[in-house]
Amino acid sequence: MGVGIEVRGLNAWYGKNQSLNSIDMSVPANHVTAVIGPSGCGKSTFVRCLNRMHETIPDARAEGSVKVGEMDVYGSGSDPVDVRRRIGMVFQKPNPFPTMSIFDNVAAGLKLNGFRNRKQLNELVERSLKLSALWDEVKDNLHKKSGASLSGGQQQRLCIARALAVEPEVLLMDEPASALDPISTSKIEELIFQLKQHYTVVIVTHNMQQAARVAELTGFFLMGSLIEYDKTEKIFTTPADKRTEDYVTGRFG
Amino acid sequence: MRSRFQQGLDDLKERLLRMGGLAEQAIDRATEAYRTRDSKFCQMVLAGESAINDAEREIDELALDLLAMQQPMAIDLRFILAIVKINADLERVGDQAVNIAQRVLDLISEPEIDLPVDIPRMADGVSTMVQRALESFLDGKAEVAEAVLQMDGIVDRMKDEAFVVLVQKMHDEPSCTRQALDVLLIARNLERIADHATNIAEDVIFWVRGADVRHGGAHYRE
Amino acid sequence: MPPSTSQAVSLWRRLTDWGATGFAILAAVLVLVPLLAIFTYLVIKGVGSVNWAFLTQTPKPPGEAGGGMANGIVGTGLILAVASVIGVPLGIGSGIYLAEYGRNRFGDVIRFTADVLNGVPSIVVGITVYSLIVIRQKHFSAFSGGVALGIMMIPTVARATEEMLLMVPNVIREAAYGLGIPRWRTTLSITLRTASAGVITGCMLAFARVAGETAPLLFTAFGNQFWNLKLNQPTAALSLQVYTYAISPYDDWHKQAWAGSLILILLIVGAVAAVRITTSRGMMKGS
Repeated sequence: MGVGIEVRGLNAWYGKNQSLNSIDMSVPANHVTAVIGPSGCGKSTFVRCLNRMHETIPDARAEGSVKVGEMDVYGSGSDPVDVRRRIGMVFQKPNPFPTMSIFDNVAAGLKLNGFRNRKQLNELVERSLKLSALWDEVKDNLHKKSGASLSGGQQQRLCIARALAVEPEVLLMDEPASALDPISTSKIEELIFQLKQHYTVVIVTHNMQQAARVAELTGFFLMGSLIEYDKTEKIFTTPADKRTEDYVTGRFG
Repeated sequence: MRSRFQQGLDDLKERLLRMGGLAEQAIDRATEAYRTRDSKFCQMVLAGESAINDAEREIDELALDLLAMQQPMAIDLRFILAIVKINADLERVGDQAVNIAQRVLDLISEPEIDLPVDIPRMADGVSTMVQRALESFLDGKAEVAEAVLQMDGIVDRMKDEAFVVLVQKMHDEPSCTRQALDVLLIARNLERIADHATNIAEDVIFWVRGADVRHGGAHYRE
Repeated sequence: MPPSTSQAVSLWRRLTDWGATGFAILAAVLVLVPLLAIFTYLVIKGVGSVNWAFLTQTPKPPGEAGGGMANGIVGTGLILAVASVIGVPLGIGSGIYLAEYGRNRFGDVIRFTADVLNGVPSIVVGITVYSLIVIRQKHFSAFSGGVALGIMMIPTVARATEEMLLMVPNVIREAAYGLGIPRWRTTLSITLRTASAGVITGCMLAFARVAGETAPLLFTAFGNQFWNLKLNQPTAALSLQVYTYAISPYDDWHKQAWAGSLILILLIVGAVAAVRITTSRGMMKGS
C-alpha cells in the first residue's frame, strides 16, 4: 500500500543557484500526481529531492521538510540510502544494468542489499515482472537474455520492475515515456494507472496530454515555484492562474 | 504551432459572427414582413435559410478538426465548446425566423385585423438580445452577456401578456381566430429566439469565466 | 546539375573513397608486418630447439649439450603471480579512486604521479627495489622481482580502470542509487562490473608488458641455475635466461635463447587468451 507525501518549505540549490523556492505540496496516497512545467522550471529537481537523489550531484543541496508516510526524509537521523530504498525511481532513458540478465536486473536491488533466499528472490522477481506487465514476454528467457537486449519499451518496463522489486511505498517517475514510441508509451501509461492501486506515483512529464491521461492531480511549476496544484481536470479546463493557463494552452514553454 | 491554431480560432470566430449576422438579418426581415405585410420579405427569409444551415455545418466541421488536431486546453477548449453550442443556437434562431415568416405569409393571405399585441416592439427587444449576445461573444465580455440574461424575463412577460390577450380575443371574436393564432405563434417564436439568445450569453460566460451559469445557478469548478 | 558534371564529381568522389580505404588497409598491414615477422622469425629459429628436455630440465653447465629452461618457465610464473597480486588490486583500487572520488586537485596529483611512474625506466625501478628490499633482506628473491614488476603494472592498470569506469554512463550509477544501493556497493558491483571487460584488458596489457621485462629482474630475482619455488630465494626467469644465453659465446645456448623467447611469447599469448575465455563465459554481453 502506498503512503502520502507531505512537502513543506522545500528549497534546493545547485551551487549558488536556487532552483526550488519554498515548495509546499501534499501528495495523497495511492494517487497519480503529475508535475508539469516548462524546461528548467524545477520539476525534475523537485522529484529528485523527494528521494534525496538531488544531493548526489556535486555541489547540490536541499533543505526543508519532506515526510513520506512516517519517514522524515531530511530528518537528522535519516540515511539517504535507506530513503532511496523506500522510494523507487524510474528515469527518462531506460537504464538496465548492461552486463546483467533480465533476472539479475530485477533482483539487483534485492541481491545487492544482502537478500539471499533463492526461492523468495524468484517469487519477488516474478511478482515484479507481472506488476510491470513484462512477465509474459520474458518469462522463458529470464537468465539467458541480457537486460540491454530488449526493446526500448520493454527496457523501461524492466526498469519499473526493478524499482518495484525492492517494494517501495512511493514510485517516482521522471518523464518515463518520453524516449518511447506511442504504443510503448500507451502501455506504460496503462501500467501507471494500474500501479496506483499499490503505490503512490509521482510523475514528471512535459507532455500535457499524458498528464491529462494518467494523473488525478497536477502541479504546475514555473521558475522553481509551485504555481498551481489542483485536480487535473481543473488545471486543464479552468486553471485559476493566468500563468498556468498560458502554459497549458501552449502560449509558452 | 500556436499561430496556426490561433488562425483556426480566429477563423471560427469570424465565421460564427458572420452566421450571427445572417440570423439577425433573418429576424429583422421577418419583423419587417410583419410590419409591412409584404411577402417579398418573407421570401428573403425563406431563401436565406440554406446559407445559415451551410454555415452551421462548416463551423461544426472546423471546430471538430481543431479539437482533434490541436488538443486545445483550458480557455481554448472552452472557446471551441462555446462555438459549437452557439452554432446550434444560431441555427435554431434561423429556424424560428423562418417559422415567423411562414406565419406572416399566412397572415397576409387573411384579412388584416387589429390586434392589441405589439409584435414589432417585442421583436425589437428580441433582436437587441441577439445582437448584445453576439457582441458579448465578439468582445469576450461576460458583463454584456449577463445583461442579456436579465432581458429574458421581460420578453417572457411580453409573451405571457400576448397569450392572455389573444386567447381573450379568440374567445370574443371567433372569426379572427386564425389571425390571432398566427400572432400567438409568432410571439412564441420570438420568445424562443430570446431563449436562444440567453443560451448564447450563458455559453459566452462559460467560455470567458469557466463558470456554468445555466439553469439559473453559477457553478464554478472546485 | 548537368549530367556530365555530376558524373565527373561522383567519379572523383569514388576514387578518393577507394584511395582513402586503400591507405587505411595499407597502414593496418604495415602494422601487422613487423609483428608477424618477429613471430615467424622466432618460430623458425626457435622451434627446432623446443623439445621435451627443454621444457622439463634445468640448464646444464656450458659445454654440455642439452638442458632446458624449465626452472625459468616456472620462475617467470611465480614472479608474475607476485607482480599481479601487487599490481592488479592496487591498480584497480587507484583507478576506482580516480574515477569515482578523485575528480579534484588531489586526484590530478595522483594522475600525474601515475603517468610519471609509467615513464620511469625499468632498470631504475629495478635498482630502487634492490636498495629498498634486496639490500635489507640481504638476499635476492622472487618476491622482490615481483614487487618491481608489480610497481610497473600499477600505472597501466590504474589509468585503464579509470578510463573504463568513466565510460560507464552516469545513468547506470543513478539507477543503482535509486534502488537504495550504497555508493561503495554501486562502484564495485555495478560500475566496475559494467566496465569489467575494459578493466581486464587493461590488466592484460600491463601483464603482457611486464612479462618480458629483463632489467628490473637483474637486481631483484637475479636468476638461478636450479629449481626454486620459494619466494625469498633468487629465482630463474625466462627473460633473464634468454638474456644470459643470448650474450654468451655458446652456439648451443644461442639456440636455447631462441627457444626461450618463443616459449615466453607463447606463454604470454596463452595467458591472455585463457583470461579472455574464462571471463567472457561469466558475462552477459549487451546488445
